[in-house]
Amino acid sequence: MASTDLSTTRMPPAAAIDAEEAARIRAARREKIGRWLMPLAIMCLALFLWHMICVANEIPPYILPRPWLVMTTLWQDAGILLPALLVTLKITVLSLALAVTGGVGLAILFTQSRWVEMSLFPFAIILQVTPIVAIFPLINIYVDNQTAKLLLCAWIVAFFPILSNTTLGLNSVDRNLLDYFRLNGATRWQTLRHLRLPAAMPYFLGGLKIAGGLALIGAVVAEFVAGAAGQESGLASRIIEAGYRLKIPRLFAALLLISLTGILIFVSLSVISHLILRRWHESAIERDR
Amino acid sequence: MTASLAPQLVLRNIGKSFASGTVALEDVQLSVRQGDFLSLLGPSGCGKSTALRIIAGLSSPTSGHLEWPGGELARGEIGFVFQEPTLLPWASVFDNVWMPLRLRGVSRAEAAGEIGEALERVHLTGFEKAVPRELSGGMKMRVSVARALITRPKMLLLDEPFAALDEITRFRLNADILDLWHERGFTAIFVTHSVFESVFLSNRVAVMAARPGRIFREMAVDAPYPRTDAFRTSSDYAEICREVSHTLARAMGDESMGEEAGARGVFNIGVH
Ligand SMILES: Nc1ncnc2c1ncn2[C@@H]1O[C@H](COP(=O)(O)OP(=O)(O)OP(=O)(O)O)[C@@H](O)[C@H]1O
Ligand SMILES: [Mg+2]
Repeated sequence: MASTDLSTTRMPPAAAIDAEEAARIRAARREKIGRWLMPLAIMCLALFLWHMICVANEIPPYILPRPWLVMTTLWQDAGILLPALLVTLKITVLSLALAVTGGVGLAILFTQSRWVEMSLFPFAIILQVTPIVAIFPLINIYVDNQTAKLLLCAWIVAFFPILSNTTLGLNSVDRNLLDYFRLNGATRWQTLRHLRLPAAMPYFLGGLKIAGGLALIGAVVAEFVAGAAGQESGLASRIIEAGYRLKIPRLFAALLLISLTGILIFVSLSVISHLILRRWHESAIERDR
Repeated sequence: MTASLAPQLVLRNIGKSFASGTVALEDVQLSVRQGDFLSLLGPSGCGKSTALRIIAGLSSPTSGHLEWPGGELARGEIGFVFQEPTLLPWASVFDNVWMPLRLRGVSRAEAAGEIGEALERVHLTGFEKAVPRELSGGMKMRVSVARALITRPKMLLLDEPFAALDEITRFRLNADILDLWHERGFTAIFVTHSVFESVFLSNRVAVMAARPGRIFREMAVDAPYPRTDAFRTSSDYAEICREVSHTLARAMGDESMGEEAGARGVFNIGVH
């Protein structure tokens, strides 16, 4: 909902830079590289330690497989794991989309009337604080379709941060700006469209980042509780199955896939958020000093 | 620009108290003539902003009422400039100035010419695509002024618009506001706590007192327009400022000062 024409930034004329400025630029560049390099180095170190521990203690692969074995299993079992990943991903993305629609929709409804907010918000909280695992048996009884079950679960888990953040954002509009819109005879809809929604954007995006991870957790947990269901089974089913059959390397490979998916979701949502906010919001602006 | 004699707006016995028990305004009588540049001058907390909000229709008085002898101004015919620039932080300068027109259904293309002119008028040509955080405080304030004037309001309300700016910038913006006032002929009500600013700008100064907020005295600033930098250094200006300062001091309860009223250049037109 960022406004139009945010594409061009005027650059200052090229000027000679002093030593301090040059040092700052160098430090910024180093930090940029370090941000990627350091975690990678730590990870390599951890993998190496993992490997060494396995070797030193002669741990058999069905207790703790070595990192390399996990990698090769991932490759060999791709035919089993990738379709499962797709199923989990589908549930995650769909439920996130529903959480966005439901959360933002409800938040808008809340800001239109304080009465609606006062009446409904407590129920949203109840839904949030009740552990999904505890509600699931009920969902299992009332909903037949496996996909619908999982979607519902993931949705319940993911929608609250979006709802509460967006509600907060829609209500944190500068009071003078609201007055200003009132002075210009803006309708409710215009105020929402041109003022409240853009102002809520940073809050919404913050909620979205949390919800992205929760949707994945919701999708996996729901499947754990629901159990496998034929061809529609996702990564959680594969993990359970692998556990039963003591195919521990495959279990690790599935686990790795879930983590990677989570990271991917977080990174893409962060990038989206940065692209939308970089021009104007403090959180996304690179510090000058 | 000289003000016509017919009042455009009359505040009759306006009072405002809040639920907290604060009496922000009590029995305020004020008449504003078409084309006036009226300053509301007073200490912090004397109800200047409250009075302005009541005039703008953003707040309703507890007692008394507003009279519009020449016909009530509609919402859009009153411009408002806040103490802070109050811009949309996500929107470009162009879009910020466009917004009031956009809310009235004017498309981007239709508005472009007028926005270009308005920005040129406040010396911001070339900054159309910048967002507010890329501008200095003074530039943001200029955008805010351009935005308030784009709808060609009949009355412009300014609530300490330049209080946060440095003196040089403030002087420049004061001159710009006067030029615009001259050109467009709107009525200006300007809230400030700077004696110098109020005297430089206005043809009338209403000095307010606090607790409860009321108009202590109205004074006419009898100096011709256009007022240039030369006026700022003239002895007339110094004299008027001294007079207004004394009145303000008396309004604030300091009776030892300002006994010699009625000096050159100022005459007391009293409270209605
Ligand atoms: N919404 C409100 N609720 C309760 N009291 C208020 C409210 N708005 C203003 N007041 C009180 O009314 C009085 C006048 O406030 P106002 O903002 O009009 O003063 P002001 O002259 O504009 O002061 P300043 O120069 O500091 O801006 C103050 O005592 C303030 O505390
Ligand atoms: Mg004020």
